[in-house]
Amino acid sequence: MRLFRVSNASLYTPRPVGMLITYIVLIFWTVVVLFPLYWMFVTSFKLPIQVDSGPFYIPFVDFQPSLHAWQYILFGDLANDTRRQYLNTVVVATTSTILVMLIGSAAAYGLARFHYRPRLGMIVAFILCVLLTVVLAILRVPVQFGILIGVALFVIAMLTIVKRFHRSLGNNDIAFWMVSQRVLPPVAVVIPIYIMFQQLKLLDTWPALIITYVAANLPIVVWLMRDYFLTIPIELEECAAIDGASRYRTFWSIVLPLAVPGLVATFLFVLVFAWNEYLFALFLTNANAQTLPVSIAAQNATRGPQWWYMSVLVLIMILPVIIMAILLERYMAKGLLVGAVKG
Amino acid sequence: MDVAKTTSVAQVQVVPRRARTDQFSTASFILPAVLIILFLSIFPLLVSLYVSMSRLQFARGGVELNFVGLANYAKLLVGIDQTRFLGKFGTPNIFGWLVLGLVALGLAYWIVQYIRTTRVTAIGLAGRLILAVFAMSLALLTVLTLADGGRPGTLWVTLFYVYVGIAVQYALGLLLAYLCAQHIPGRRFFRVVFLLPMMITPVGVAYMFRMMVDTSVGPLAPLWVVLGLRDVSWVNNPWTARGAILVSDIWEWTPFMFIVLLAALESLPTEPIEAAVVDGANKWQIFREITLPALLPVSTTLILIRMIEAFKIIDLPNILTSGGPGTATESMTLESYFVWRALDVGGSAAVAYLLLFVVTMVATAYGVLVRRRVEVEY
Repeated sequence: MRLFRVSNASLYTPRPVGMLITYIVLIFWTVVVLFPLYWMFVTSFKLPIQVDSGPFYIPFVDFQPSLHAWQYILFGDLANDTRRQYLNTVVVATTSTILVMLIGSAAAYGLARFHYRPRLGMIVAFILCVLLTVVLAILRVPVQFGILIGVALFVIAMLTIVKRFHRSLGNNDIAFWMVSQRVLPPVAVVIPIYIMFQQLKLLDTWPALIITYVAANLPIVVWLMRDYFLTIPIELEECAAIDGASRYRTFWSIVLPLAVPGLVATFLFVLVFAWNEYLFALFLTNANAQTLPVSIAAQNATRGPQWWYMSVLVLIMILPVIIMAILLERYMAKGLLVGAVKG
Repeated sequence: MDVAKTTSVAQVQVVPRRARTDQFSTASFILPAVLIILFLSIFPLLVSLYVSMSRLQFARGGVELNFVGLANYAKLLVGIDQTRFLGKFGTPNIFGWLVLGLVALGLAYWIVQYIRTTRVTAIGLAGRLILAVFAMSLALLTVLTLADGGRPGTLWVTLFYVYVGIAVQYALGLLLAYLCAQHIPGRRFFRVVFLLPMMITPVGVAYMFRMMVDTSVGPLAPLWVVLGLRDVSWVNNPWTARGAILVSDIWEWTPFMFIVLLAALESLPTEPIEAAVVDGANKWQIFREITLPALLPVSTTLILIRMIEAFKIIDLPNILTSGGPGTATESMTLESYFVWRALDVGGSAAVAYLLLFVVTMVATAYGVLVRRRVEVEY
């Protein structure tokens, strides 16, 4: 990425009037961004009576701050719940992010470097067999039989008809297919996923959420990382191949280290998505594996809005991501740009 | 996200194709991803289609799904849930009919242009006809539900959040990015601050804005008093409630536009701008003739991404207003969730499928009409 050269600085430094307008707009938006956060911050130090009797703005000046809400959430009655939900959020978000980074970058690398030629006939046969299974299920054939018939027909088709069709798809088609999964609204797939985890007895557990988040975020990783891998020169990998390194080794010890900036940006994005995810967590968890967004949202229903507790919960929830954003802001912008330009 | 275009996929293969082991090792890179997508997107999607055509019934020893055909869809589109999903139709005035007529004329002109100017293919024509019908029904829906005595349903409200939200976010993001790209003291501070809202969980944002819009004890209460709005509750009037949700959505997602546009602005080549300055162009001319066109490809991608994500909105309306008053602020995802909670699993899946249909149509139309054109020109 090229930044403005210093010699051109005068070109991009506005004249006094422009400078004034610029600052007015920027400071206005800064206030718009920071004021709600500030309000949440001071609310977390208020007593219920102070919240209910009208707006007070500045601690120590027009109200006496108290730590009661922090006390209650972190060490009091709610401490166990809070800790468990925090742990759930941390475990689910980080594990799913690490997993999706591994699986997604591997796929992205494959799509950037190798040629895949899945037979069109095979895919058509596969889709037809799956559809047949669904139709059989509708016709009340037991599911096991339905699947068995579907698989058997698919194998037969593979061995006979498919071999005659030579048209195949390319990498771009596969990549498009993967990335386009992001278009899917989560709510369109959540019911079957719910039923699936119910059958597997995994509802309200970490694995259920982790697997679901991996699937939901996979398109982002494939999309951003594929573009990133394409910008890395291929020569180093060729050298490694000549030296006898296997593909896995080349990927792990040469390509991934080269792609660290892209990996960091993608990691951050996916982590924030997983950290804040609401819909899947709402459907798939009850009490044990409940994550913070769901529990914060539920505060509303159970006891009416208790702003002081809510503020504390939201604050402890956003603190880690805010810190990361401040530290890694530059990486995020650049990583996203690579994806948006190449699109 | 239209990955299927420009082929720059590795012209060189690392190792020439060898035996089966080789095929296995290349396939193993992509296989986990394919399996995950199959099991958590494709199969659920098919099952969901089945669920959307069935009704959950309590039977001996549990529940069972009974196939009911298209009944769930009929219920939403023409049946008892029509007022919730599509809205209540009013009688449009002359202005409404005028708008409709103009839209119809525009679409007809578009189709005719296509037939006259380019080589017509069957798929191209069919696709455009479908898109035209889709656009026309959206226009009809808008005019009918916004007319006297009408009330917009969840479909229209979702589209409202998506389009008004994105338009404002893009304009604001571009303005802020342009200002921040200048060499001014303190810009590092601004760019970090402007990024923050995006990081905050939408649930938290919703609570924050519930406090903000409280007219009696919220921080802006003195302002409401001055304006004589002290006893007005934002969340009790359909339009102000939608406004509150829109504002919080804009607050949360403007940063996304901002950071990418800023990065794009900073990576633009400086030579054309220098040349324009030498030729005596003013700032506005430079912005309009050089900067904006150069940002177009990034912008179209950005808008597409935001559009896809924005259709999934649920947290903000759920917490800010619980979809109320009535169902005035419900998005489609939220409706699907409420219907699910009322144990109508089939109806819930049907809403979800209609959402999928709308998103796919809109994204395809956008891809075909806007992005392809942009790519050709620049």
